[in-house]
Amino acid sequence: MDITNYVVLACILFAIGATTVLLRRNAIVVFMGVELMLNATNLAFVTFARIHGDLTGQVLAFFVMVVAAAEVVVGLAIIVTIFRTRRSASVDDVNLLHG
Amino acid sequence: MTPDEMAGMTTSGGEAFLFWVLAPLMVLAALGLLFVRRAVHAALCVVFVMVSLAIMYIASSAPFLGVVQVVVYTGAVMMLFLFVLMLVGVDASDSLTETIRGQRWIGLLLGLGLAIVLIGVVSQATFRAGAPPTEDQVANPVGLARILFGDYVLAMETVGVLLVTAAMGALMLTHRRRLEPKRTQRYVAEQRVKALAEGGTLTPLPAPGVYAQSNAMDTPALGPDGRPLEHSVSRVLRIRGQEKAAPATLVETSPVATSSSVEQTAIEPAGEVSPVWGTGRDGGEDS
Amino acid sequence: MNDVIGYAPWLVGFPLIGAAILLLGGRALDKWGHWIGVLASSASAVLGIWLLFRMIGAEPVERVADHHLSTWLSAGGLDVDLGLRLDPLSMTFVMLVTFVGTLIHFYSVEYMAHDAHRRRFFAYLNLFIAAMLVLVLADSYLVLFVGWEGVGLASYLLIGFWDHKRPNAVAAKKAFVMNRVGDMGLIVAMALLFAHTGALDFGTLFGSGAAGEGIAAAAGVSALDQGTATAVGLALLLAACGKSAQFPLQAWLGDAMAGPTPVSALIHAATMVTAGVYLLVRSGPILDAAPTAQLVVVIVGAVTLIFGAIVGCAKDDIKKALAASTMSQIGYMMLAAGLGPVGYAFAIFHLLTHGFFKAGLFLGAGSVMHGMKDEVDMRGFGALSRVMPLTAWSMIFGWLAILGIPPFSGFWSKDKIIEAAFVGEGWQPWVFGGAALIGAGVTAFYMTRLMTMTFWGRPRWTEPEYHPHESPALMVWPQVILAVGSIALGGVLAFGDIFSTWLEPSVGHAEHHEPVLAVPVLMGATIAVVVLGALVGYLMYRRDVPAEAPRGSFLTRAARRDLYQDAVNEGLVMKPGQGVTAVLVTADEGVVARGWGALAAGVAGFGAWLRRAQTGYVRAYAASMAAGVLIIGVVVVLVATVGQTAGA
Repeated sequence: MDITNYVVLACILFAIGATTVLLRRNAIVVFMGVELMLNATNLAFVTFARIHGDLTGQVLAFFVMVVAAAEVVVGLAIIVTIFRTRRSASVDDVNLLHG
Repeated sequence: MTPDEMAGMTTSGGEAFLFWVLAPLMVLAALGLLFVRRAVHAALCVVFVMVSLAIMYIASSAPFLGVVQVVVYTGAVMMLFLFVLMLVGVDASDSLTETIRGQRWIGLLLGLGLAIVLIGVVSQATFRAGAPPTEDQVANPVGLARILFGDYVLAMETVGVLLVTAAMGALMLTHRRRLEPKRTQRYVAEQRVKALAEGGTLTPLPAPGVYAQSNAMDTPALGPDGRPLEHSVSRVLRIRGQEKAAPATLVETSPVATSSSVEQTAIEPAGEVSPVWGTGRDGGEDS
Repeated sequence: MNDVIGYAPWLVGFPLIGAAILLLGGRALDKWGHWIGVLASSASAVLGIWLLFRMIGAEPVERVADHHLSTWLSAGGLDVDLGLRLDPLSMTFVMLVTFVGTLIHFYSVEYMAHDAHRRRFFAYLNLFIAAMLVLVLADSYLVLFVGWEGVGLASYLLIGFWDHKRPNAVAAKKAFVMNRVGDMGLIVAMALLFAHTGALDFGTLFGSGAAGEGIAAAAGVSALDQGTATAVGLALLLAACGKSAQFPLQAWLGDAMAGPTPVSALIHAATMVTAGVYLLVRSGPILDAAPTAQLVVVIVGAVTLIFGAIVGCAKDDIKKALAASTMSQIGYMMLAAGLGPVGYAFAIFHLLTHGFFKAGLFLGAGSVMHGMKDEVDMRGFGALSRVMPLTAWSMIFGWLAILGIPPFSGFWSKDKIIEAAFVGEGWQPWVFGGAALIGAGVTAFYMTRLMTMTFWGRPRWTEPEYHPHESPALMVWPQVILAVGSIALGGVLAFGDIFSTWLEPSVGHAEHHEPVLAVPVLMGATIAVVVLGALVGYLMYRRDVPAEAPRGSFLTRAARRDLYQDAVNEGLVMKPGQGVTAVLVTADEGVVARGWGALAAGVAGFGAWLRRAQTGYVRAYAASMAAGVLIIGVVVVLVATVGQTAGA
């Protein structure tokens, strides 16, 4: 099997994640889409590290994971706060910045 | 998997098998994220994708990352998601009707375009195979650790600061200031006594029907007069409309109900058998 | 001359410093500050006299000296140096300005004694002296222009000195605006000169008299063709008309009498208004090259001298009558200046004598006003010679001088001009000479009328109300000194053509031409006309002068209204100008403002339309981000593909 299939898989997952962000309205699901995109890039990193025989790609994937964890904490906190005040987890309800 | 195979652009047959089994499932699960209505199901789909990814990492000679993936993503991140989902409401389902005009088609088009462009680029690209990794690197997180604490030590420290800051930020964001005095036990007791004059109860509210014919949370308890006590069922269940009517329960569990009704009547003053009791049962039989 | 010219800048410097001290010194100088002004002017006069004697002592060919102070501006082909030219012509003006100016400074000390702003008045006077000296001492047109504007400014400030009275402020503005019309001429003339010769300094344009080559021998002016020279000459004439109140820009001078009388004497009689004559004489070589322009100058002079004389006959305001007379006399000078080299010396000569006797007459008028509680209507005067004899006598000598009675000053200069006007061929000598001759007769009439109404006849004032009295010594003595000048200056300078010879290094030598009539005949005719005019004037106004002016003939009424000059100006310039302005305002509001308003509305509408892109929905923003990423990806792929194909 060609090893680049991993990269193709990563691309597909990334596109699905992006589409999720664009289409879903539940903030939590949107957030999961973001996580999916991050995971897809991680897969690409790992695959490239394998192709090039260089562990730096794995290190970067590791950093992505850590930063993603921090991001999830803050993002979910924001979602919870918004839910508390507006009783809604829909990203479409938060549109005060419209022109 | 041998180092020779690692150096080349092909994988061993076992790994190929693994890939071809996992990859379609992962894509399906990811698509589930797009199409399922309930957020919990979406979360489960994502968990599946992540665990599969961990397996792929391990297969791709990144065992450390595979473990971290399981621990951090499935263990921490996704659990956090589930917690929040519970806070927000487990079955807060998304209506799939679109509110922004054209957003659905635009989104689909963009996602598809993104996929096509990315895949096109990747399939066009030629990869130059690097030097085969040493045995040390392959099997061992030690190699990873050398790089992490060697070249990237500063980034490592910064990420540590980031984590602490994020934790603090989350605390700050979700912190709620107490707007009213704390409800102590004494306060609650005094309030109940006060409410007695206005028809409140001094005792706690009756528990749901665990002592009635059914021991389920969704069945109302029966009062001394045999009438079902609406307020004995959890408010949440009542709002959702998931409570069961007492007569239905009686029909379901009629043999047991008899015995329990005997117990019930034994406790309660005799001769005050509720007419509802009978009608309830009759109603049950009617239905 | 070159050894002492280094002192020449101080001629300007003294009054300039005086003005600066007085203007910046503040109230502390209110009590005695005017003496600073007097001192500054006197210092300039003393220095001028010293320079005059040095110049007289020098050889005639060495009497022209240029003094380079610094480079003022250097831009491309234009190099203007800040420099002074001291030659007999400018020396004459220096003497006139500083000497008469100093006398008037002394006079003003007493005349303005009770004015709260005497310090400011002296500051302006000093400023005027300095600017006038810059004007006459300049060695290029651009430096001359600085002085030209400077005297305009000083004139404006002094006409409007009592600007709390609305007519005075309006008069100052009128003078300022009409002067600017003339300034346009000077600017155009400078532009033309620079465009065709590349220089503005007299040395390049007219040659340096100091080298003994004579004026205009090998100078830049000779490079001008006939048409350009005519254009420059006419532009210069326009400038001169504005500054010297010549037809058709004469309307401001009468109103300028709103200023204090010493100002009228110094600026609007003796010096500033003659700057136009100076400009034309200084530019003589250009006019010589443009006969058409010369003819126009002569026509303007002749028209103005008759115009001023007619207006002077009808005025009851003593100062306005004198102002009309000034206009008329400057008309004589312009006429002379337009006659070419034969007339330059006479123009300057008449300018000099006129400066003395007209300043004396104005100071006398000021003295009369001083004694009559600032009354200016001559119908309220009469028989004042008994109560203010010194003033009367000084004015009588001025009167005789302006009439041109021999041997008083005016005779020597005016008679020469009339003679020169009769020189020539064809119709011109008869027309211009006749105008000059008739003008002399009318002048005699209105000046005699003025004197008779003021000093002779029966008193038309009442003693307790007006209580006329002779002015204090400080006011009388300048009059006396000017009266002496009115008596003797002309005769002294005319003796043996001293003055003409003296001016030769500046204006060139003039061949003597015989007039169309014999000189004695002309002289006799002139004197006869003058005596006739004076007799008529005396007899008409000796007896009865009604307090209210009679309606009079059509000509009288027209003359009272300055021959409808203001109506003409309003009709020809002001009304059309206002019309144009109104049209422009309408166009501005209708077209420009609306246009920009529409543009703004369009932009606002576009903005409002664009605003709809900001839906506030996070997912919409995410979609645009994704689209951006997609586009960038496509572009990168395309570029890479094209690069590969090109590389292959």
